[in-house]
Amino acid sequence: MRESLQTVVQKLQEKFGDNVLSVAEFRDEVTVRVKKSAWFDTLQFLNDDPDCDFKLMVDETAADYPLREERFDIIVHLMSIEIKHRLRVKTSTSERILSLYPIWKTANWLEREVYDLFGVIFEGHPDLRRILMMDDWEGFPLRKDYPVEGYDDF
Amino acid sequence: MQDVKDKTIPGGEDFAQGEKRMRLNMGPQHPSTHGVLQVIVDLEGELVVRCDPVPGYLHRGTEKLAENKYYTQIIPLTDRLDYLSPFNNNLAYVMAVEKLLGLEVPPRAQWIRLILSELQRIASHLIWFGTHVMDIGGITPFLYALRDRETILDIFEMCCGARLTVSYCRIGGLMADVPAGFVEKVQDFVKLFQLSIKDYHKMVTKNPIFVGRTVGVGVIAPDDAVSLGLTGPTLRGSGVNLDLRKAEPYLYYDQLDFDVPLGTKGDSYDRYLVRMEEMAQATRLVEQALAKLPEKGPVKADDPKVMLPPKELSMSRAEEMQRHFYQVIHGFPTPVGEAYASIEGSKGELGFYIISDGSSRPYRMKIRAPSFVNLQALPMMTEGRMLADVITCIGTIDIVLGEVDR
Repeated sequence: MRESLQTVVQKLQEKFGDNVLSVAEFRDEVTVRVKKSAWFDTLQFLNDDPDCDFKLMVDETAADYPLREERFDIIVHLMSIEIKHRLRVKTSTSERILSLYPIWKTANWLEREVYDLFGVIFEGHPDLRRILMMDDWEGFPLRKDYPVEGYDDF
Repeated sequence: MQDVKDKTIPGGEDFAQGEKRMRLNMGPQHPSTHGVLQVIVDLEGELVVRCDPVPGYLHRGTEKLAENKYYTQIIPLTDRLDYLSPFNNNLAYVMAVEKLLGLEVPPRAQWIRLILSELQRIASHLIWFGTHVMDIGGITPFLYALRDRETILDIFEMCCGARLTVSYCRIGGLMADVPAGFVEKVQDFVKLFQLSIKDYHKMVTKNPIFVGRTVGVGVIAPDDAVSLGLTGPTLRGSGVNLDLRKAEPYLYYDQLDFDVPLGTKGDSYDRYLVRMEEMAQATRLVEQALAKLPEKGPVKADDPKVMLPPKELSMSRAEEMQRHFYQVIHGFPTPVGEAYASIEGSKGELGFYIISDGSSRPYRMKIRAPSFVNLQALPMMTEGRMLADVITCIGTIDIVLGEVDR
């Protein structure tokens, strides 16, 4: 793990303690999994702290694990332009999570996309409506229980 | 579901009675939206008060499709994302899979990838240049830009037989080595193109109409640009120095010498200058890479678990033929884990994020499409300005709808 990232992980563990559930490293990429209750605060901290300096949110997305109780993983990719390190932060939720729009404006469309394709509702999002699918579309296509060919015959 | 606004008309509530506003619907069939983008604009006279881009008309569900295909079968899907730089899409995707597998790619394949990636960047920027200037009123540069792009497409055609949907990258290398005469053809193109860039500057850069339409239009401050998640020339036009080729060198960019052009004011004109300079830098990169390209060597990784056996062996020996069939029918397994690989594409950071559950299909694949994220800047660029500037701003963000909608 890079030194700068070690500092980040250390700081996170000091500040958030038990809320940081796990830190994993695979192929030189560091993934931090946090509790859903600390989701917003952790990311706010990662944005504000000068040693973390994650000013750029590269991506926000989700993954569906239908067998779990909290079936969705929300995954955020962060990058620092100055320090040039990257971090992946994850949490799991069932259908509701706080929006990250107050921290990064880019979350606007990325969260709309997650809502559109997974049906996760982002609380505090200013303009949550479908973005890629039609407005009257039924179902959420990227859920694992949604068939590839869809429900309707066109 | 009460948090979700129920808006059947994109754009929301209707206006109060007596309000002097007009709602204008641009697209999805409109030549200046570069594809099938719909933009809903609320106007007060000529002034834009609200701008709402509505993407999605080209949504093909690439991510869902990818979950049901083998890793090798996804490469042709990536061609159809940013169809102006298919090779870069191939490259980003195979880099993500190679990272997931921990696969070493031979140097000759990496150098060829680098050369073609830079040529593809030029081709993509040429289309941007031609259409952007044409939107603003100059028809001639478009024809010149297409003339030069044609040569690049010829180079791709001689490598793999296709001009647009190239699918030239393979997991672990390339489809085949480049044919004889490749180096000379690229060298000729670079020499010619360096002269063409001068022509472009003569035609457009100081043209009073072009300058009048772009200077001070679509200004994005550096802080806003970072918060909006912009990448690529759209970000660098605002003066933020982030180029993944420098920040996290992939392929062999750390061995090459090139500059990253930056804008100062963050307006459309700056972004124009940044992209023009990027094309010039790309020719420098190609020249250096051609000099460093190893004369001989394999272009496919040596890993029998992932790579298909060489054709002459699979046609002559039983074990290799079985292995060939087995891999084509069942794919290859991957380690459980996740990987994110990104490249500096022609539009910005193009990334592929793959979650693997150990099977031969990705459990989830997310495409971090630069056009999609960059398009978010459109309302901030246009609100409070004239309607005609919307056209300039769509052009200056350089979107490709295949990538926005995926």
